[in-house]
Amino acid sequence: MQKKLYNKNVVIAGLIILAVLATFPFWYNHGKAAPAPKPELTEKAKAAKECIRPTAYMKTEHMQLLDVWRDTVVRDGIRTYVNEAGKEFDMSLSNTCLDCHSNKEKFCDVCHEYASVDPYCWDCHIENPKENE
Amino acid sequence: MESSRRRFLKVAGISALGAGSIGAKPVLNAFAATGGGHGEEKPVIKMVPNKESLMGTRWAMVIDTRKLTSAGDLEPMIEACHKVHNVPKLENKNHEIKWLWEEEFKHAFPGKINRYIEDEAIAHRPFLVLCNHCENPPCVQACPTKATFQREDGIVMMDFHRCIGCRFCMAACPFGARSFNFRDPKPFIEEAELNKKFPTRCKGVVEKCNFCAERLAVGQMPACVDASKGAMAFGDLDDPESEVRKLIRENFTIRRKQNLGTMPSVYYIV
Repeated sequence: MQKKLYNKNVVIAGLIILAVLATFPFWYNHGKAAPAPKPELTEKAKAAKECIRPTAYMKTEHMQLLDVWRDTVVRDGIRTYVNEAGKEFDMSLSNTCLDCHSNKEKFCDVCHEYASVDPYCWDCHIENPKENE
Repeated sequence: MESSRRRFLKVAGISALGAGSIGAKPVLNAFAATGGGHGEEKPVIKMVPNKESLMGTRWAMVIDTRKLTSAGDLEPMIEACHKVHNVPKLENKNHEIKWLWEEEFKHAFPGKINRYIEDEAIAHRPFLVLCNHCENPPCVQACPTKATFQREDGIVMMDFHRCIGCRFCMAACPFGARSFNFRDPKPFIEEAELNKKFPTRCKGVVEKCNFCAERLAVGQMPACVDASKGAMAFGDLDDPESEVRKLIRENFTIRRKQNLGTMPSVYYIV
């Protein structure tokens, strides 16, 4: 017993269009992967050689670090961070982090855009204490 | 029945042992990692209060209104406060943001008004009002997210990160000390006036005086006290030798709406 496909042409054409549309993002963007961004360091950051913690740690954990900072500063009023080398830092995004990394666009934003994250820190915290002076 | 239970328990026991021997290692490692004992491997990270930070257990303010007789006398303090904290200047009264402002006696002290007080200078004296940093703060009880809270030193603080803008605290505060950001405040702060060391706020959060917690942390007096040329004093109420206790001892002081039982920490010498 043979089954008949009604409106064969339309159905098959429709299926092909569907397949093309569904896979469109894949083949359209094929081979066009954005290269991993390279955040630029300012002269001051280069001169300092090391951030408050090792670079690998800062790359992966800076958001957790900042989260702990904000709670500790706001809630407990504790504002001095002592790293493993015994060096002290004021726990402040604007006054400590962005003092060195005063190139937000080329340091912070390049990775955040690449990773498609949208931190709202700069809604309030002044993004570039140096450049605005 | 019996034999199958026996078998089941045997199999379960053996598989538990097997799983244990595989699973135990990471667990033990995790214990070793958190248990310490490897001082040289684990970085010692500390978070400590600033060395120069002023410490207190019950911060309070005394305002000598005898020295502040005209609106012009209050201007430098308001200016200093609003400048240091990036408080925007919004012309529309409904959108206004106030940390420290001027109020008439009858509005600041509605329970203390006497019928013929108009005859006296006090009725027309401008009073400097701000958040009272109550010992029993109704705003803190009202806040559903604990965005506003009381620190151990008595300061009633705002955590803007957690404020959802519900404004329950504004309804709860009997002193009108809180302002809501109906608009993004940034365009209303003059570029030249901006204090880059202090954050601004965003649209949709409530703000108020923070008793200059950020200045106390670096050993400075609140901005208004510094600008007041001696008309305002700040100190610890729990310290009997503090300047505020001395002023309260030696002068007649009043507080705003004391009958409400919120225990304000701002005292007025009249």
